[in-house]
Amino acid sequence: MRFIFKTRYEQDLNIARHGGDWFWYGLLLVLMVLAPLVLDLFYIGELTLVLIYAIAGVGLMLLVGYTGLVSLGHAAFLGIGAYTNAYFLGQGWPFLITFPLSGIVAALAGIAIGVPTLRMTGLYLAIATLAFSIIVEKVFSHWSSVTGGFDGLPVDAPDLFGYELWEPWQLYYIALVVLVLVLWGSANLLRSPTGRAMVAVRDSEVSAQSMGVNLAWTKTIAFAVSAGITGLAGALFGHFVQHLAPDSFAILLSIQLLLLVVVGGVGSLHGAIYGAIFVGALPQLIAIARDYLPPAVSQIPGLEPGLFGVILVLFIIFEPFGIYGRWRKVKLYFDLFPLYKKATFKRQKAYLKTERLR
Amino acid sequence: MTFFQADGLSIHFGGIKAVDNVNFTIEKGEIFTIIGPNGAGKTTIFNLVSRIYEPTMGRLVFQDQDITQVPAHKVASLGIARTFQNIELFEHASVLHNLLIGRHCHRKSNLLSEILFLPSTKRLELEHREKVEEVIDFLDLAVYRDQMIANLPYGVRKVVELGRALCIEPTLLLLDEPSSGLNVEETQDMAFWIEDIKNDLGITVLMVEHDMSLVSQVSDRVLALNYGRVLAEGAPREVQENAEVVRAYLGG
Ligand SMILES: Nc1ncnc2c1ncn2[C@@H]1O[C@H](COP(=O)(O)OP(=O)(O)O)[C@@H](O)[C@H]1O
Ligand SMILES: [Mg+2]
Repeated sequence: MRFIFKTRYEQDLNIARHGGDWFWYGLLLVLMVLAPLVLDLFYIGELTLVLIYAIAGVGLMLLVGYTGLVSLGHAAFLGIGAYTNAYFLGQGWPFLITFPLSGIVAALAGIAIGVPTLRMTGLYLAIATLAFSIIVEKVFSHWSSVTGGFDGLPVDAPDLFGYELWEPWQLYYIALVVLVLVLWGSANLLRSPTGRAMVAVRDSEVSAQSMGVNLAWTKTIAFAVSAGITGLAGALFGHFVQHLAPDSFAILLSIQLLLLVVVGGVGSLHGAIYGAIFVGALPQLIAIARDYLPPAVSQIPGLEPGLFGVILVLFIIFEPFGIYGRWRKVKLYFDLFPLYKKATFKRQKAYLKTERLR
Repeated sequence: MTFFQADGLSIHFGGIKAVDNVNFTIEKGEIFTIIGPNGAGKTTIFNLVSRIYEPTMGRLVFQDQDITQVPAHKVASLGIARTFQNIELFEHASVLHNLLIGRHCHRKSNLLSEILFLPSTKRLELEHREKVEEVIDFLDLAVYRDQMIANLPYGVRKVVELGRALCIEPTLLLLDEPSSGLNVEETQDMAFWIEDIKNDLGITVLMVEHDMSLVSQVSDRVLALNYGRVLAEGAPREVQENAEVVRAYLGG
């Protein structure tokens, strides 16, 4: 086990806790940078998708995992980002403008759904965001002059400094850079007052308020930042599929994103990455499983969404802190070996809580 | 100057008059304690002062300013901090994190500077940290600094909540049953801290408390409440010997 000797307050402000962390993050980044040189086209594509999921996952994580607000409508923000980016690229605007713009438009949409639902939590918020995403989907299919309606909208290649970037590995690097920046910005937010206020709102609204946290403002910011980041992911997703259709941004995608957050590990940025890898790999796993299942089972329509649902429920019941939570337990087990106690992670039921002020 | 005044304070929940025309003033630098049987309306007064509840009637004045219309999240920056009867900490966060949230009302950074974590933001964070460390020293919380609240025993949580309120650097501190659930030793520690808060930090304390020995030990003045109405007010001894108060406690 590693004991960290702290001598300066800055050490608690650093993103990585110690040199070892920097080493592993650095190694991972180097591997990610080298990956396209050795991988073939199919895997570059799959990795790009994982990166895009990870960006969207970080966005949703800020809302669900850190602010405690659930959203079943994040596919809508993905879609808004994708359509905004594609539309303005089509108008001849440069990618360096359309890309941030897609984040801003999605963030504004986030405020538009965040403000009217300020007093909602839990199931009611889930339903409201779901309704919002259905409306947005309808807008995509009917606002033909902008979105191309059911015919869809072709997405031009991103351009940088006059070069059109059609190659898959180019998109891979764009997604990688965006993910690193988004992670950095999110980690910064989380170590600042606004991020702490989000956690405070999640854990106790009354006392957050008495600490001077403006609930309405904090929730609105959380929605805006979350939707904005997801919108950026949407813009990249548009480049990935190269052709937008309204049904690309349906409820199933929202559930997939929620699955990502829950399976990865609620309340950690690491969790968003683990979740993205899981959600990216899941269709492959299901396809492989199909070959081994009897046809009567593997041919059932809706097998995939059904499995998503089952996995979601199983994780909520058995491992509420997701893959990242499980990883921390395994790591601690080896750190403490052979002294690990089963009760280490059991929550203490130390006292009763009245319901009155909740 | 009026430091703190409740003037005709009333709140009705349906038919229940939880607080009914209550008047009191608190002088700067004193420890003012509200006692009364369960359901008397003590916590409700706290919720009125921290603006979580809207009074049906009456006024609250703090440092000559009418605060009856101030939104709940602005109360902390006026210099009023509180703890909760049933502990409302941020459970899935560390002690340090909880105490830092106590600094929220002193936030000077803006969203953009936080996302970029500009040097100015970092400097402000370090200043908050220094203040928090003063509180950690004051309350002897150093060993728990990096622990999650969910893993702490009840008594420590109580101290952390007191610490979080002190991080606000309040001029008026509201303590709702600071000793409830504590053992004898912990209660004694709490009594010393409350006295130090008054004498060393110069903070005025408004407290709700059941433990009569703690009340007599630290309070300058006591107000007894029953069914939302004031029964008696005065020095601790006087109030405890008041016939009506005795009857209220004995359930007469
Ligand atoms: N939000 C509320 N809605 C309805 N009744 C309430 C509410 N808050 C407090 N009360 C009632 O007000 C009375 C005083 O409660 P409280 O102030 O919590 O008592 P205590 O003096 O024990 O702290 C009780 O009868 C309680 O049921
Ligand atoms: Mg009470």
